[in-house]
Amino acid sequence: MIWLQRHIRPEQIRELSLLLLIVAAVLIFGSLIDGYYTSRTFVRISTSVAVIAVVAVGQTLVVLTRNIDLSVGSIVGCSAYAVGTLIGHDKGMAAPVVVAICIGIGAGLGALNGLLVTWGGVPSIITTLGTLAIYRGTLIDYSGAKTVTTDSLPGWLVDLPRLNFLVVGGLDVRVLVAVAVGVVVLFQVATIYLNVGRTFYAIGSNPDAAKLIGLPIRRTIFAAFVLSGALAGLAGFMTLARFGNITVEAGRGLELQVVAAVVVGGVNIFGGSGTVTGALLGAFMIGTLEQSLFRLQISEFWRDALLGLLILLAVASDAVILNRLRALWAKAELKLVRPPAGEAPLRRALRDP
Amino acid sequence: MTALRGLRRWEGLLLGLLAAVVALSIARSPYYLGVGNIVNLFQLEIEKVIVVLPMTLLIIDGEIDLSVASVMGLSACVAAYLFHIGEPMPVALAAALGSGVVAGLINGFWVAYVGLPSLAVTLAGLIGYRGVARILVEDRAIGGFPAWFQALGQQPLVGPLTLSILVFVVLFAVTCVVLHGSGFGRLVYVMGNSLAAARYSGVRVRRIKMALFVASSTVSALAGLLYAARLGSVRGDMAGGFELDIITIVLLGGVSIFGGAGNLVGVGLSILVILNLRNGMGLADITGNTQTSVIGALLILSVLVPNSVQALNKTWKGRET
Repeated sequence: MIWLQRHIRPEQIRELSLLLLIVAAVLIFGSLIDGYYTSRTFVRISTSVAVIAVVAVGQTLVVLTRNIDLSVGSIVGCSAYAVGTLIGHDKGMAAPVVVAICIGIGAGLGALNGLLVTWGGVPSIITTLGTLAIYRGTLIDYSGAKTVTTDSLPGWLVDLPRLNFLVVGGLDVRVLVAVAVGVVVLFQVATIYLNVGRTFYAIGSNPDAAKLIGLPIRRTIFAAFVLSGALAGLAGFMTLARFGNITVEAGRGLELQVVAAVVVGGVNIFGGSGTVTGALLGAFMIGTLEQSLFRLQISEFWRDALLGLLILLAVASDAVILNRLRALWAKAELKLVRPPAGEAPLRRALRDP
Repeated sequence: MTALRGLRRWEGLLLGLLAAVVALSIARSPYYLGVGNIVNLFQLEIEKVIVVLPMTLLIIDGEIDLSVASVMGLSACVAAYLFHIGEPMPVALAAALGSGVVAGLINGFWVAYVGLPSLAVTLAGLIGYRGVARILVEDRAIGGFPAWFQALGQQPLVGPLTLSILVFVVLFAVTCVVLHGSGFGRLVYVMGNSLAAARYSGVRVRRIKMALFVASSTVSALAGLLYAARLGSVRGDMAGGFELDIITIVLLGGVSIFGGAGNLVGVGLSILVILNLRNGMGLADITGNTQTSVIGALLILSVLVPNSVQALNKTWKGRET
């Protein structure tokens, strides 16, 4: 038990159980749906997960710092629509330029959120509730309710969602999916091993302490919002590539799915704990439910009810089970650092002052 | 004392804003001051405005309920579904209100008794209750309700006032008395300021939170039924996204998102500002999307402006000494 406790943290147990839950869900759907275990199912689920996961990574960073970004759905819509329109006028635009513009639009909108939250002192839930409405409203006003259609897009963009990155054992891993995995790995490594990454955790778990040791609180929170916006911008590009047809409604309601993915993935809504990988697993769980229930025709309408239940279970299990596990781990650590028998610490302190 | 002055200033700001909006509207449209337009002004957003009242109590208490719009949809769908399968309308309405009570009990249980954050619990509710509503009506639109039910939603009941407006007036009076004239209301403020202090003073914290969540969902269920009566038909996605407008009105009224501060005078003024703004922009041919953007900007400014003024004051004073 002690060995186990030394090598695995309670949070990892949580992520492991979420993984098992996903496997169980896949097995259950596999037994209910004919021809479920095909590459097509995998492609469908993984492509849908890819968009949610990229946005969820940014959301994780924001939530870690005790904030929330509800405007991501509108940012995805703005970026997808704006770039879709741009590229319709100039089909010769190079791919890296297109992606860079998407990310730039997202980062700009995220920076506005960040400015309002950090230097304006407006609570993030109010800021992003407001910008959720403003970004979407402005988009609809300026678009004139036109639609970006597939035939106005260049060939490479239309073919992109069907392009394989690699094929593993008959499963097609699309380029979009590979991008999402890359983003997750990049941010997982950065938040675990880099000082900058640990700052997000420090600020979220104890803002007062973080301030006392001189961490740049405002700059970090600002960075979290900019990154969240930039990743939402990238997701906007992925949405454009995936659907081809983009209306001004693109990405509406995505913020709910993303926050749900983050919460199901074990990121604490009060900041300071949770990982990017957890958010990916949360997104995978939601994507699996969504795409699989869609195949079970009668149950399509059950999707939201199940998703709500899943979020509730995730949060409740955090509060009830995870806290007990943490207490258990804390106790074990106390045992590990107990001083050697024979000499009481007080006497030793008295002997050599 | 300074807090009092601050409050007065905030409400003064809202009053000024209201006067400006009304004056602009009168100048732009001769129809503005007619009784018909005033009733219309309330009637078009009345369901949201009703839900604003319990939401004010919840936010002052330091909690939030994101699931209100979904409960509105749920109650309407429960009523429509039961009516559709042949139950008499009164039974369907009672069951719909019951669904609201149950939703409130579920929210309240997890927040008050298990201690989960209300943001997460009611987010689950927002998605989950909407899901139950979808299961009931799927992608149909159910209409053909009895004539008296639709008349309740659409015809004036007393003078030019409809049932929804009367419900709002009564509820506003009740909420005023509860929040500003009763011990219960004081406790709501105390809990919003410091939950720990309230608990150590022997306040029945859990029971009060539970009561607030049940009130919020029950009133939402009632508002959902009024909405169904006004529209005359029910769909699974009805009232979707209303929670944003509802929370915006409460926060614009000067209620602190962190709890413990705010009052119904401010919220009342904020209701009038939003209604007049939407109506005025509507009369001036400004579309719904621009209206939403403007209200979003107003929401941010409502916190940003006092903050900046405070910061400026501080630097100014700092220079003086």
